[in-house]
Amino acid sequence: MNILYFAWLRQRTGTGHESIVLPDGVATVGELVDWLKARGPGYAKAFEEPKVVRAAVNQEYVPFDHPVSDGDEVAFFPPVTGG
Amino acid sequence: MIRVQQQDFDVGAEIAALTDGKHGIGGVVSFVGLVRDMAPVEGSDTKIGAMTLEHYPGMTEKQLVEIEREANARWPLEASLIVHRYGRLEPGARIVLVVCASAHRQDAFDACNFLIDWLKTQAPFWKLEETGEGDLWVEARDTDDAAAARWQASRDDAAE
Repeated sequence: MNILYFAWLRQRTGTGHESIVLPDGVATVGELVDWLKARGPGYAKAFEEPKVVRAAVNQEYVPFDHPVSDGDEVAFFPPVTGG
Repeated sequence: MIRVQQQDFDVGAEIAALTDGKHGIGGVVSFVGLVRDMAPVEGSDTKIGAMTLEHYPGMTEKQLVEIEREANARWPLEASLIVHRYGRLEPGARIVLVVCASAHRQDAFDACNFLIDWLKTQAPFWKLEETGEGDLWVEARDTDDAAAARWQASRDDAAE
């Protein structure tokens, strides 16, 4: 699966894009966040306040209980501030 | 019609191109968002030098198409346009253009108002401001959420 990070999530994780194989036991966006948090201090910092992190699967907003599968494009970003 | 681009736009030329030949249009309403030089923090006298707009290519276009479709479903528009810029922008620069045209002015006013409110809470853009104290990500404002939510409420009313 492809994972994208934007704004301060990109800065804290140190990457804007990465490809991973869906880890065992990860079936939802929330479980993916928990798995990512354990990858290192940058990831832990990026996801320390899950309430201010928005998620999209295949470019649609989703809640953290949304399912994920291999082949999905999953994105994490802060609340949007355009306009 | 929607466009996401780095380059500036000419408001007059955009409106002329959008409305050309469409003689059912009785009124055109436009909104232009500009970069301010004001303090990002309330009560601070910090000025911003410039800002950089980051976005999510692909999802941005998808979200803008969806909100434009929603506006056209709610109001009888003859034409509509959203242009949003990304990249580094100096104070005074144009960021966003929303244009709505309809037979009667009220539909154009309401649809334009809806589009900018909705866009601010749905389109995946993020502003990074350059200040004397370093770069700061602009935080989402509750007032923007409230502005967008009132359109949700009016839709619920209409459905009843």
